[in-house]
Amino acid sequence: MAEPLLAVNDVTCRFGGLLAVNAASLAAQAGQITALIGPNGAGKTTLFSIISGFVRASQGSVYFAGQEVTGEPPHRLARRGIARTFQIVQPFVGLSVRENILVGAHLHHRKRDAALAAADQVGHDIGLGEMLDRPADALTVVGRKRLELARALATEPKLLLLDEVLAGLNPSEIRDIVPVIRDFCRRGITILMIEHVMQAVMSLAEHVFVLAEGRIIAQGSPAKVVADPLVVEAYLGRGAAAKLGAQHGS
Amino acid sequence: MRSLFPIAAVLAVLAVVPFVVHSNVTLNFLVVALMIALAGQGWNILGGYGGQYSFGHAAFFGTGAYVTAILQVRYGVNAWFGFAAGIAAAAALGGVLGALVFRSGLRGSYFALVTLAFAEVLRIIASVTPVTGAGVGILIQLDLGIRTLQFQSRAAFYWIILALVGVSLVIARLIERSRFGAWLMAVRENEDAARALGVDASTVKTVAMTISAAITAAAGCFYAQYFLFVDSGIAYGTWISVEALLTPIIGGVGTVFGPLLGALVVKTLGEGAKLLAGDAPGLDLIIYGAVLVLIIWIIPRGLIGGLANARKLLMRRTGPATSIGEARHG
Repeated sequence: MAEPLLAVNDVTCRFGGLLAVNAASLAAQAGQITALIGPNGAGKTTLFSIISGFVRASQGSVYFAGQEVTGEPPHRLARRGIARTFQIVQPFVGLSVRENILVGAHLHHRKRDAALAAADQVGHDIGLGEMLDRPADALTVVGRKRLELARALATEPKLLLLDEVLAGLNPSEIRDIVPVIRDFCRRGITILMIEHVMQAVMSLAEHVFVLAEGRIIAQGSPAKVVADPLVVEAYLGRGAAAKLGAQHGS
Repeated sequence: MRSLFPIAAVLAVLAVVPFVVHSNVTLNFLVVALMIALAGQGWNILGGYGGQYSFGHAAFFGTGAYVTAILQVRYGVNAWFGFAAGIAAAAALGGVLGALVFRSGLRGSYFALVTLAFAEVLRIIASVTPVTGAGVGILIQLDLGIRTLQFQSRAAFYWIILALVGVSLVIARLIERSRFGAWLMAVRENEDAARALGVDASTVKTVAMTISAAITAAAGCFYAQYFLFVDSGIAYGTWISVEALLTPIIGGVGTVFGPLLGALVVKTLGEGAKLLAGDAPGLDLIIYGAVLVLIIWIIPRGLIGGLANARKLLMRRTGPATSIGEARHG
């Protein structure tokens, strides 16, 4: 297998006495969609924060495009091509939608005109074309999720970390956003996503990692992972897989 | 540069004032108001656009004033050079203080307290150190002339301070339209989201503090030239820290014209309250304070923010397709 775009090796993160991430390793292959799933409190967002530079790992290393980037601050990682969205959307509420996207576009466009043109293009691609002049706090939940995506995309990333972009959306809204994510991948952006909406994980991801209590307990194709008894137990409790199996058997 | 047109228009109107108004009292009032507007514009760069509320901009005002005065009186340096050196010294101070404070992650009220304490420390040091004239202060010798930057006529000072205000307006507009400005406002709105988008937040804030210090210091340098006297209570006193943040807050934080409008309104209000209060001691300050509280209560985003809201309300009532809507886009 080719060298992955992102490689996380044995990363451990402690907050005082709490072991949030315990020797977790994962990799994202270039051009693919990789998913990170796991029950609530498993440490998924902490792991994302380590990859994007917001939290320092206690141990372990992170490699991006063949170079070690462990402990680099977020803005430097963004310059290398790692963009992230936040689970709780963080729009710049005092600015317009266009100005929000502009901040991302400025990363690679110094001149205002070029950055504005890039921001408008991204806004239209994401389906915010009508809203560009509106203040960001006038957006609905879906709109804010789109804005979060648009800002990240405007930085022209190589790797996009999506932290539950589908959470809080209704099924028809999810159907609208899923093709947008697939389109990113088609443009050559590698995606690592945390997601609870399994239907989306199954249809989008080529490779899935499962994190439970800070450890990676399973990985593989989506179909293989959901059939893994360890994964079922992580979500439903010890012995659940056997009980389910017995019920199906009878 | 169509975005600079409103600035040129405002400056042109203000530049004519000395031809119409000959009263020294009125001109003096306007000179002081413009000086406060300049100090406020400095605060506005960091506080308005960057969201970092400083309570100690006296540190920069006073450094500008003292450096200008000390260089002339003690070292016989040319007044123009002294003026420039005052700005440069305060900018350096702002840069160093910014780097220390922002790198250690101080935000919000902690930042406000640190700046407040810093200005107070400088005030106390200046009140006991011989080079600043300690408790007596420094008197710049009266010596009229262009070389010494001292003038008989108030109009000359008026045009000088107006030119400085003009430069500060242009700087604010250029920042608004630049990448640096977009990053600065992103940091104000949400620092973590900005960092995720590649913004080096502490560097952006430090640069903003340097520019902010330089502009407020220019007001201090001007003060020294205009009144020819500086002491610790004037230079590093709380009064100027308060004026510098009050004017943009009343006028509209994070707007180009907010500090100028705010300074004119606040100063007019102060004089108006004095007239209204007559001989009753302290009553003018009560009226002054009450009106300021009312303004902030009714229009928390300041006069310019209030005007924008009123225009939006008007547009909604008449519909965006009418001439008002088109005028806005024109």
